[in-house]
Amino acid sequence: MTSQNRRDLIKQSGIWVFIVVELAFFSIVGNYLSVSDQAFMDFDNMLLLLKQSAPIGIIALGMTIIMINGNIDLSVGATFALAAIVLLDSMTWPFMQNLGNWAIPLAWGFALMTGVVLGAINGLIVWKTGVDAFIVTLGSMLGFRGLVFMYNGEQPTSHLNWTLVDFAEAQFLGLHTATWFLLGTALVLWLVTTRTNHGRNAYAVGNNRDAAVNAGIRVGPHIMWNFMLIGFLAALSAVVFYSESGSVNPNDGMLYELWAITAVVLGGTKLAGGYGSIIGTLGGVIAIQLLRKGLGHIGADTQTVNLVIGLILIAVLVMDRQLNRQGKEELKI
Amino acid sequence: MTDPKPVLRLRDIVKTFPGVRALDGVSFDVRAGEVHALMGENGAGKSTLMKVLGGVLAPNEGQIFIGEDPVVMTSPKQAKAMGVMFIHQELSLADELSVAENIFLGELPLKSFGRVDWDKLYADTDRILETLNVGFDAKTRVGDLSIANQQMVEIGRALTVDPRAVIFDEPTASLTDAEKVVLFNVIADLQARGVGIIYISHRMEEIFKITDRISVLRDGQYSGTLNTAETNEDEVTQLMIGRSLDLSRNASHHQMGNVALEVRGLSCGRLFEDVSFDVRQGEVLGFYGLVGAGRTEIAETIFGLRTPSAGQILLNGQEVQITSPIDAIKLGISLVPEDRKDQGLVLGMNCKDNMSLPQVGRLTKGPFVSQGAEIAIFDKYRDKLDIRTPGWRQAVGNLSGGNQQKIVIGKWLSMQPEVLIVDEPTRGIDVGSKSEIHNLIRDLAAQGFAVIVISSEMPEVLHVSDRIVAMFAGRVMREFTSEEVTEDNLIQAISGIKEQGPAGHAAASHGIGQDKALT
Amino acid sequence: MTIMTKQHVVTFVAKQGILIAFVLFMVGFAIANQRFIAMDNILGVVRSSAIIGVMALGVTFVVIGGNLDLSVGSMMSFSTIVVLDLHDKVGPAMAIPIMFALTLLLGAFIGFLVGYLKLNSLIVTLGMLSAIHGLTLTWSGGQNMDIADKSGTWFSFFGQDRLLGIPVPILVFGLLAVVLSLLLSKTAFGRQVYAVGGNGQAATFSGIPRARIVFLTYLVSSFCVATAGLLQASRSLGSQNTVGQGLELTVLAAVILGGASLLGGSGTVFKTVIGVLILGFIQNGLLLVGLDFYVQYMVTWAIIILAVWLDVAAKRGRLWSPIA
Repeated sequence: MTSQNRRDLIKQSGIWVFIVVELAFFSIVGNYLSVSDQAFMDFDNMLLLLKQSAPIGIIALGMTIIMINGNIDLSVGATFALAAIVLLDSMTWPFMQNLGNWAIPLAWGFALMTGVVLGAINGLIVWKTGVDAFIVTLGSMLGFRGLVFMYNGEQPTSHLNWTLVDFAEAQFLGLHTATWFLLGTALVLWLVTTRTNHGRNAYAVGNNRDAAVNAGIRVGPHIMWNFMLIGFLAALSAVVFYSESGSVNPNDGMLYELWAITAVVLGGTKLAGGYGSIIGTLGGVIAIQLLRKGLGHIGADTQTVNLVIGLILIAVLVMDRQLNRQGKEELKI
Repeated sequence: MTDPKPVLRLRDIVKTFPGVRALDGVSFDVRAGEVHALMGENGAGKSTLMKVLGGVLAPNEGQIFIGEDPVVMTSPKQAKAMGVMFIHQELSLADELSVAENIFLGELPLKSFGRVDWDKLYADTDRILETLNVGFDAKTRVGDLSIANQQMVEIGRALTVDPRAVIFDEPTASLTDAEKVVLFNVIADLQARGVGIIYISHRMEEIFKITDRISVLRDGQYSGTLNTAETNEDEVTQLMIGRSLDLSRNASHHQMGNVALEVRGLSCGRLFEDVSFDVRQGEVLGFYGLVGAGRTEIAETIFGLRTPSAGQILLNGQEVQITSPIDAIKLGISLVPEDRKDQGLVLGMNCKDNMSLPQVGRLTKGPFVSQGAEIAIFDKYRDKLDIRTPGWRQAVGNLSGGNQQKIVIGKWLSMQPEVLIVDEPTRGIDVGSKSEIHNLIRDLAAQGFAVIVISSEMPEVLHVSDRIVAMFAGRVMREFTSEEVTEDNLIQAISGIKEQGPAGHAAASHGIGQDKALT
Repeated sequence: MTIMTKQHVVTFVAKQGILIAFVLFMVGFAIANQRFIAMDNILGVVRSSAIIGVMALGVTFVVIGGNLDLSVGSMMSFSTIVVLDLHDKVGPAMAIPIMFALTLLLGAFIGFLVGYLKLNSLIVTLGMLSAIHGLTLTWSGGQNMDIADKSGTWFSFFGQDRLLGIPVPILVFGLLAVVLSLLLSKTAFGRQVYAVGGNGQAATFSGIPRARIVFLTYLVSSFCVATAGLLQASRSLGSQNTVGQGLELTVLAAVILGGASLLGGSGTVFKTVIGVLILGFIQNGLLLVGLDFYVQYMVTWAIIILAVWLDVAAKRGRLWSPIA
């Protein structure tokens, strides 16, 4: 086995080892410190964990492709909020109320369309102006949030549809609706990144953009498709979450971009692009949620979660650097 | 040879950039089954011409014909669709993807729903790899291949379609002799199939071995086409540079001083081993060897940029510890680095700031940098080195390569070093500036500086050095005085051959020394 | 010929575009509403921009050095909470230096990671954003922090008083801007920051201690954050844990608007001040003409992208990206 292969193996399996360590740690420490009588590894608890991972998870999966592409999207939180508002508010529109339960798929359609359009705006700007995606989406994070406030001021937008709530709270084969959406998204994106032309091109563009251009890949539209995809997924995440909760505050979704990026980086995707995997990100999402729940389980304050996750992110970076060192001979620059 | 129809014709191509006429009415054609060399110095317009041909840049004037049909190249994809394929000099591969995915980049075979047809992909790739006769398979990750094998992947790309013309841009730069044989066989195959080939190279040896005709560019202008069989190297060189460069031997006649720098048994991991040499005040010591022989790494180690695994460095007879460039600079060592743009200059900064950068901490008046002192330094070296710039406010990124190089040299001369190391002093600069820099190096030695010159251009090393250290694979093979060195024994030394013998001729005939001062 | 002129136009607009837009904007608002150019309104805008402005000054150093700092918002919350908490425990005279020391410690930690360990600054400061937020919540126990005796403390001087008729926050902002501008443009350290951000490898080859320079830019940044925290705490004398949340991006927007490149090596303190003022006046102008605050978000969006677009366009000599 070459050292390169060994490094790849460590990189790819690292997140799952980390999850196992988390499980063991919280189970054992939980025996002594737990605030509840329930065991941490309890089956229902794990099911709930998957469900709670869904909103950030679905976004993080989309962020993986964006980052494999060598871009970043800071506007997903605002897209999430706007799609949620469209979802809930559209069901109160007069013509929608006459449609009965048919209003539900239509409302979903409106919300998802909102996400796709916002993503297309980002993608189009990145493509046509050549401005870095970081700056474009930094701007649209503010701009899209402006649209959120424009919709309903600082008031929350609420609409409860009980059919929808029932659907969202349903369990199929033991898994919650949200979990199915998370796993389904992961499966589809995994197939896309490993099996399809578009997915392989995503790696090529992130790995060596000039080579991709020279090979005749239409990099601009390719990037735009990916931004539309993440817009769609941010909206899907909102659809899944707000079908159940039924009320959205204009500040909802803030900092989601940071959580999503954290999950993607934990999952081993390179910030510079060209390297990363959907499965790794799924691991990253679960690891973060485990940490949140686990710390709660052993009675740590919720605020500790922020501290621990921040430090773990940095620790991952340090470890990644150590893995990529070339030894003593390297140039000291 | 009959005169087959051209597969590709360029007529009066003009391409301008703001303030520059990069191509000024270039015409030439490639016939079916011909290998056509395209030559010219760096900056002569070869790469711009290829970008026009490949649809990356749109020409301002002129016309491209494929066969008899005028075409407008709008994208690399279109060029490819018309059967014009490029083998790029700077590898344009995606490291993280497999060999197969790289070869078919942009046109993976597909099944329904955009799914990649892996079976077909690997089968097609295996067929191509077979003709290339390489020792790796279609699923290998490209990042795990050697540079030479990556080059073969690049070549494999041209074989994915039935090409009408293939452009090779410096294909042999990183190939071993055995790999070159494979490459030349591939080229011969293509030729036999009636493909027109443009072969861009600086290596005269290869050019005369495999090409049929040679076209030359100079300063963006077409300066002529020659039949390879009817011409010689001198004629081609004349066409390329317009005049000849003085590269006569030039040993010092002045008195040399004490040993300024001595290196004993210096090693750095696998990069180089047990390297010993010294250089005296007033002497120019040349380092010659192939790319990768460890010359630059020695300079970087002496300058504190690498940690030596063994050995000593002595300055004026005293052993010194150098752990960073800061130490080296304090001890009076200066390094003009190999890569001007990445290592030598901050391109966005102005001339004055670049020149005073290593000593900006010293040029202070109270808490602030003394602009007067900086300008004084700039003026002094601008006059001394004849740097042509509108003024010190000019960003160095806007200067020509030669003037940029002089800024870097001025920056290090202004440190008043005891030892000056110059790595590839004339890479990528025009002929006029080259001879100025050669003279400058000789002058510095005459003034008593100890100078080390690292170069990949044999005529340059022979021209400026008093002594020459020949390196091969991380080791010093031999040290020559200027009296005993000849092109032949120098080539043998850097090819790893110690004794004169039959093997020596074989190595010499692959002539690295034939590069002239054109790289 | 036509191509050349088009390029000239693009270059000219790109170089002066932001200033032109700013002037047009100011004139437009001045015509729409006389109050806009009244002295007290202008002072009011500058005063309310001071906290963002002070932070932007520090981030300018980091960005010119070729890095990012996304942790300044969360760090500012930390400074504010700490100084308010300590105010009642050890008194303001001790609280201020302790708060500065702790904030500088955080800055030093980030500087160590990015400078000496050479970690990616985006991810490091993203992690620190989260970690410092956790630290703040731990310090405050999740509660809002208030000074017990709000009328009986001289601590309110920094945020609320005037000196020579000018609000103290403006004086602090102005003074810091002048000092940092001199530091950046006139000292050897400033020059080295530009070199490290412009071409880090060339800086190392020139004997510049790259790691130490990057480390110091984060110290400057955290000093500015501590100052901003002081102004914030002194102005409100009470605070939530999330007072600085999201400010990192507004601050970055101001720095970019001022023309600093995210790639490093370009930008000035003066331009950043202009960037801060543009954001401040837009907010104020839109409010004065009766537009809601969210319009400001969208206008800021448009302005940031336009500003960077023009910059990029000027460098490549054409408006639209050549990528197919």
